[in-house]
Formats: sequence, C-alpha cells, structure tokens
Amino acid sequence: MSSAAPAAMFALRAVARRARLPSSRPLARSISSSASRRSDALFVHRDTPYNNPKIPFEFTPENLKRAQEIISHYPPQYKKAAVIPLLDLGQRQNKGWTSISVMNYVAKLLEMPPMRVYEVATFYTMFNREPIGEHFVQVCTTTPCMLRGAYEILDTVCGHLGGIKPGETTKDGKFTVIEVECQGACSNAPMMVVGDDFYEDLTAETTRKVLDAFKKGEKPKPGPQSGRHTSENSAGLTALTEKPYGPGEHCTPEFA
Amino acid sequence: MLRLVSSASKPSSAGVLAKVVVAPSSSRSSRRTFSSTTAKKADITLTVDGKEVTVPQGSALIQACEAAGATIPRFCYHDRLAIAGNCREGVMEFLLANHPLDCPICDQGGECDLQDQSMRYGADRTRFHEISGKRAVEDKDLGPLVKTSMNRCIQCTRCVRFANEVAGVEELGTTGRGNDMQIGTYVAKTMNSELSGNVVDLCPVGALTSKPYAFHARPWELKHTDSVDVLDAVGSNIRVDSRGLVVMRVQPRPNDDVNEEWISDKTRYAYDGLRFQRLTVPLVKQGDRFVTVSWEDALASVADGLVRSGAKGDEIKAIAGHLADTESLVALKDLLNRLGSDNTALDHVGGHAAPVHAVDVRSNYLFNSTIPGVEQADVILLVGTNPRHEAAVLNSRIRKSWLHTTLEVGLIGERVDTTYGYDYLGADAKALADFVAGKGEFAKKFKEAKRPLIIVGSSLVEHPDGAAIFNALAKFTEANKEKLITPEWNGFSVLQRAASRAAAYDIGFVPSKKASSTKPKFVYLLNADEVNPKDIPEDAFVVYQGHHGDLGAQLADVVLPGAAYTEKGMTWVNTEGRAQLGRAAVPPPGASREDWKIIRALSEIVGTPLPYDDILSLRDRMWEISPTLLRYDSLEPTSVDVALTGLKALAAGTANAKVTGEPIKKPIDNFYQTDPISRASVTMAQCTRAFVKGEDYGFSELSNASEAAFA
Repeated sequence: MSSAAPAAMFALRAVARRARLPSSRPLARSISSSASRRSDALFVHRDTPYNNPKIPFEFTPENLKRAQEIISHYPPQYKKAAVIPLLDLGQRQNKGWTSISVMNYVAKLLEMPPMRVYEVATFYTMFNREPIGEHFVQVCTTTPCMLRGAYEILDTVCGHLGGIKPGETTKDGKFTVIEVECQGACSNAPMMVVGDDFYEDLTAETTRKVLDAFKKGEKPKPGPQSGRHTSENSAGLTALTEKPYGPGEHCTPEFA
Repeated sequence: MLRLVSSASKPSSAGVLAKVVVAPSSSRSSRRTFSSTTAKKADITLTVDGKEVTVPQGSALIQACEAAGATIPRFCYHDRLAIAGNCREGVMEFLLANHPLDCPICDQGGECDLQDQSMRYGADRTRFHEISGKRAVEDKDLGPLVKTSMNRCIQCTRCVRFANEVAGVEELGTTGRGNDMQIGTYVAKTMNSELSGNVVDLCPVGALTSKPYAFHARPWELKHTDSVDVLDAVGSNIRVDSRGLVVMRVQPRPNDDVNEEWISDKTRYAYDGLRFQRLTVPLVKQGDRFVTVSWEDALASVADGLVRSGAKGDEIKAIAGHLADTESLVALKDLLNRLGSDNTALDHVGGHAAPVHAVDVRSNYLFNSTIPGVEQADVILLVGTNPRHEAAVLNSRIRKSWLHTTLEVGLIGERVDTTYGYDYLGADAKALADFVAGKGEFAKKFKEAKRPLIIVGSSLVEHPDGAAIFNALAKFTEANKEKLITPEWNGFSVLQRAASRAAAYDIGFVPSKKASSTKPKFVYLLNADEVNPKDIPEDAFVVYQGHHGDLGAQLADVVLPGAAYTEKGMTWVNTEGRAQLGRAAVPPPGASREDWKIIRALSEIVGTPLPYDDILSLRDRMWEISPTLLRYDSLEPTSVDVALTGLKALAAGTANAKVTGEPIKKPIDNFYQTDPISRASVTMAQCTRAFVKGEDYGFSELSNASEAAFA
C-alpha cells in the first residue's frame, strides 16, 4: 500500500464528517458570549481609609457589660458560641455595620482565631460589612411581596430617596436601600424593614409617608400601614363570626 | 481551656476516625476533652459487594467500602482530616458548570481528581450553556509556595481542614456562602506554615498548585523514585519526580510510622537548590583561586597534601556534616582509623569532642518513644527544642494529639510558636532543676501522667550547660523509671535535627578524648558546611567533599565533588534509629561521584586501600558495625536494662558538670535555610523573605500575632 493512502483516507473522512454536520446549525455561541455574573458583596476584605484594622474599636462600658452577660450564657469553653450576638452588638454600636475592627475585637474578646469570625460575618447577610446610612431600608421582594407589588414599593423608595439604586446610600447619608429576601411577614405583604421595625401593608403612598417621617427625624408607627392591627382579614371576618361559647355552655347542668 | 476553643472548631467525629485510620493498633484510651462518654469500640460487620468486612464502630461508610476494596470516588473526604460533610461528589455536574475548562493549561492536569472522575463517570457533553457566565473568584496570594487559581476551586475545604487541624494555621477559612463561597484568608495574608505545601497535594483540583513547579512538567513525563528526605532527621518518605537529569519536584510518600503523608515545605521545595551552586568537577586551590583538575590529579593532590602537611595519627581530622550518608561515614571512618587517627568529629558547635551523652548506648541519643509514639504520650516536656522547625512533621503529630486528647506540653528553652499551647517553664538549666525538684504546676502534671515523654533537643549537645542538663534529665528519668522506661514505653527521646547524626553516632563517628584535643594538620570535610572557619588551623591542609559550593568548599585546598541525596542510593538513619534506603533519582551532575566511591578511591591513592570495592561489600562492613544500619524500615528498641545502663553511664559521665545558667537558644532561626541545598534554593530564599523577614507581603498587624495565641 502506498504511504499516501492513509492520508487520503483521512481527507475522505474529514469530508464525510463535514457533510454530516447539520448545515443549518446557527453559530449561536461565540467564545466570549457569556456575561460575567457578579456577586452582590465582596467576600474578601480590602483595607480602605474607613475600614482597616488600624481603626480602633471596643465596646462601650454598657455594651461590654452586655457582652459579658451574653458570654455568660455559654459554657466557658464554648465562649465562641457568643460570636453572632456579639457581632450584632458590635454592629449596632458601630453605626449599623461590622467593620474589620469590630470582627477583630470580637475575635479577641472570645479568644478565637479572627478567621472564624470573618467566616461568620461573611456568611450571614445581615452583617453589613460596608457602612450604611442612618436608616437602613430593606425592601422585601420575595414571591408573596412581589405578587403584592413589592417592585412598585422598591421603585417608590428608590425614587423618593433621590433616584438611588438598591444597595446605595443617599448623598446625605440618611438612607441605605437594599432588596432582601423573605422577612416572614408575608401575610402583610408588601413590606419593608427600616432599622429594626417592620412597615407592612405598604402602598406607594404610605411608603412615601413612612420615608418622609424618617426624613423629618420622626419615627412612624411600625406595623401595618393600612389600618389593620395585625394580619387579620382586611375585609372583615368571614369565619368565626358568632360569639364564641363560654365556659359551661352546651354542658350538662351539673357542669354549667 | 484555651485548647477547647480551638478544638471546638473541628468536628468531634475526627478523633474517632483519626484513630480508626491512623492508629490501627491504638491501645490508648480515649481521652477526648469534650465528649464525656468514652467511645465504644464495637466492631461492625457489614457486606459490601458481597464481601464481608469488619470495621470499628464510628467508621464512615466510605471507609468500610474502602476496606472491602470498593473505592468510592470522593473530593472532600480525606482519611487524615476531619469529616466536613459538604459532599462535592453529589453535585459534580454543578461543579463542572462553574469549573473552568482550562485543563490544558492547568498544572493539575493528568493528576486531577475532577478530571479523572468526570472522564470515568461523567457525561461526555455538557448540559450547561454558560448563559450567565461561570463563577469568577479572585486568586489569593498565599506566599511563594502555593499558587492559587481560585476559579478552579470546588470548595471541598480540604485545605482549610488541613491548615486548621494539622498545620495549625487558623487563618485559612471559607468566606461568603452558597455559590459565592470562597476559600481564603479574608484579609490579605500569606499562609505562614512550614507544612503549607501539603495543601497542594490535598487539593483534588488545580486550585492550589505548586508555585515553583508551575508550568514546568506534566505528571506523565515524570519518573518516580521512592526515596528518603535528608533535610531534617525525621527521614520523611518522599517520592522524587524527575525528568531526564533534573529533579522536577518532591512529593510525600505515605508512611504512618514516619511522616503519615505530610512533608515539610523545605523537604518539598528545596529541590531547586540541587541545580544551583553545585560542585561538578574536582577543584584544586592555586593561589587564591580554584582550578579545575581531573579526578586523578585531585586525588593525587589530596595524597600529596596529606604527606606535605606532615599529619600523623590524630592530626588527621575528619568532620562529617549534616548531609553525609551512612556509607560514606563508614568509609571515611575506616579510612581515618587505617591512617591511625581517631579524630572523627561532627559538624556542630562542640562537635570536635565526643557528645556529652556518649554513643555507647543507642537510647541515649535516639528518639526512643518513636515518632508515632508521640501520640501516645499524655504529657510532653520539650527541653531545648522547637520541633516545629527541627522536625515539622513530628510537630504536627504533637498538635494532633494536643487537639484530640488532654495532652499537656511543657517547654524549657527559648519561647517559640509551636502551633499548640504549652506551659513555659523557663529558658535555662535552672528551670529544669525546678522541674526535677517537682516545683510548679507542670511538674505535678508530669508526675501524674501515665505516659510521660521528655523530648530533648539536639542543640543541648552544643550548649555549655548541655552536660548539666543531660545529667539532670538522666537522673530524673532513672528516678521515674517505672513510668519513663518500661518495656512498652521509653519516654526519654532525643530529637536530632541532622540527617546524618544518628548514623554517625551509631557507627561511632566521634573522636576519642585524646584525639579531640589534638590540633589537626589535615582536615577532611565531608559535607561539613556549618564549620566555624576559626576552628580549622590556618596551616592545615583542607579537603572538602560535598555537592554544594557552600562554606566548606571555600575553606578547602582540594574540592571533591560528591552526589546529593537524590543522586545516590544510600542508607539514612533517622532520629528514631530507623534505617531507610534512599534511591538515586537522577545521576550526579558532571564529574561528581557517589561519596563512598570517592573515599574508596582516595584510600587507594594514600596507600591504605579499604577492603570493599562495591556497595554490597561496604554494606557487609556496615553489618559488622551494626546490623541495625541495614534492617531497613524497622526499629530496634533498646531493652529496659540497657536503656537504664545508658542513663546511668550518662549521669556518671556528666556528674561534675557546672551550670553557667546561660539561656537555651533555639538552634534554627530560619527554618527555610538550614543546609547547603536549601541555602542554594531560590524558592527557600523567597520563603525566607516572605515568612522570616516579612518582606514583600503586606502583613497586617494581626498576622504578626502568634498562631497558637488563639488556639
């Protein structure tokens, strides 16, 4: 057999293969077609002028007392179980965010490696690792709220605060808005959290009212903004409308 | 109390599992700190693939299957690490969805668990079309040894578990959650550990690879040679991977009796030192420079120098260094003895005289408890040693024991960061005297211990108070012999730090009293690079035999190029007295030769030919000296009676020692550069800059805190 034969065979096969390819197949994907997907928070620390380990932090005497009290809930060898409440305490003292100094301080206080604290602080989204505004507005956009118009509320909040985007802080440093997942107030959807309080049954109008009150430095009444007390039926009761029977009713006389 | 904090970070199952796998013979009682119940050791019999196996209670199913010979593919599980319970195997297709398809440029290619398993079990095409893009993670800077490519990370957390449990670096962890979870240190920080290279082996994918080895070779190009490490006295089992004439990398070989499956960074990364500063041709000094000569001329000029120096008897001195193999030690001692000299000295401070512990009884200078035995001790006293730097792998065993049991450690000597907590007793002989007198908390703990262990550092031989300290220890050990010296347990262990030292003592490579006070006229340096130039008389004729142009070669009149440990198949005796056979992975470079052959050739030229012409007859000679030198991989325990006799002799020999009160210093300041090979290594120089001097890397102030401070 001549040495050219295999080469010829390959060439033939290549032609055949090319022929087998569906000719109508569109070249849908080019090499660099994928968009980059960014995570919403950075999971590494970068030293910045406002957040670096050189900035001192320690608990105020009252908070230190509270911290000792929290630590005392746990056996001494499991002191580090207090890491979440202590980080929360630190976050509250540190204007609502957990700086690297807060984490280091908590690590020192609980005698645990700082990395273990960083792990906790980065895992839980309620620890803010960047500074936030005076009022921290968290708008829920999980399904029940979304169905009840959460995005309208979110747009209202963002628009009313001067057109900021979720995750941003207003220029005056008064408000930070973020989108959050379910806060467990679905029966009063849509809702938002400002600071530690829930504002529920929101409409665009009541949302603006609540925000305006905060702008003025007032504190609006938390809870449903629709006139409901809790999560009772807004259209009035449809069941259990009759008077509930009291003790002794429907009983034989000796028990009445 | 401090320890509990640290060990709580580790799943409690690890203790049981570690015992199952690591110490199958374990007769030791369970002494875990926090589980109040002791583990029942019921055996469970189960059938895997029709095969019946029996495993101890507490074993994982994966271990039972492994025992039955059915290997289950895994990523997270590792038999020497805690169970993480974050199975990656179950989500492999999702791993691949985010894993870069860069196998052709990935150093793990060819030895990658993810690659192997997706080839073996995976689908041949993807169901993902990367609409949203792959997860991108920033690379971390872990220092000059470990290269990161975090996009490839599958979050198995093996590295995190290794760093926290074994290496004692509690700075590595996971940040974030879910798809955004990443491995790192959160704040910019390098991984400062002398065991960090092991995470490269542990990483099942190419996220952590070796920086010095990056893009140098593919695993299928490499020839594997099983050998033994000589950069400390542990005798870690290694596999030397070479391509052609070059050592490309060094990897650990599992041996539960010695190094488990870890090796230190020096062992792993100093191999590039084998390429630099090598002596490849015989050199003779003419005026102020070395001139290349043939072997004949070089050997002739040595013989000539011996005659011209007029050295007779003990005036002929040999100094054996840290990296001298046993065969060449034997040949050199035989040669010197034949020339009428007893002046066989060792290359350390005070090495011109016989060591204070003498060499008549092996248990006086060996690590008698054995390396695995360290894990059985319940109280350890470290005297003048920092095992972290003198025997890094051994140190990880102490840490393991410290984490999982109530082990208490005490330290006499310079304060060091050991990766475990210890009671600091003091820095000098007085602290030991207090301990012996039973003063202090730790002395009480030691008294109450069931299996106490004293680890004596090799630096004590070099210390002015060494004799007094050995005296006190010998008397103390003898007085407490019912616990320290029993048929099952010898709690008096000397930790050597030079690979050649135990062998040198075994063959009696120490000078007689008369010889040590003789001023030498002819000095033969065998791998001796730690010598103080002032100790060598100006007018003496100096021969250096070795493989690196380090300190010793500079002092020499004639330089004879020898082979490095990767280039000769020689016997090495580790600090336990365990003889192990190294093997030649590559040939010696240039005109260099195996060391014993050089000495044999020289003996011919100086007119006293040695009676062995090949390695087998040389080993017959070694057998005559001590059969233990050839009983490879096994240990010859010293009997109680002999050990006690040895201690008596030690106490008697040091009875008149005076105490100067000079504090004990740690012998190793820079772990990364302790011998001619690591001093020639670029990688080790980078480590010195990064970890010892702290240059180049933006350490935050916290990173300077000791690692064990929070442990």
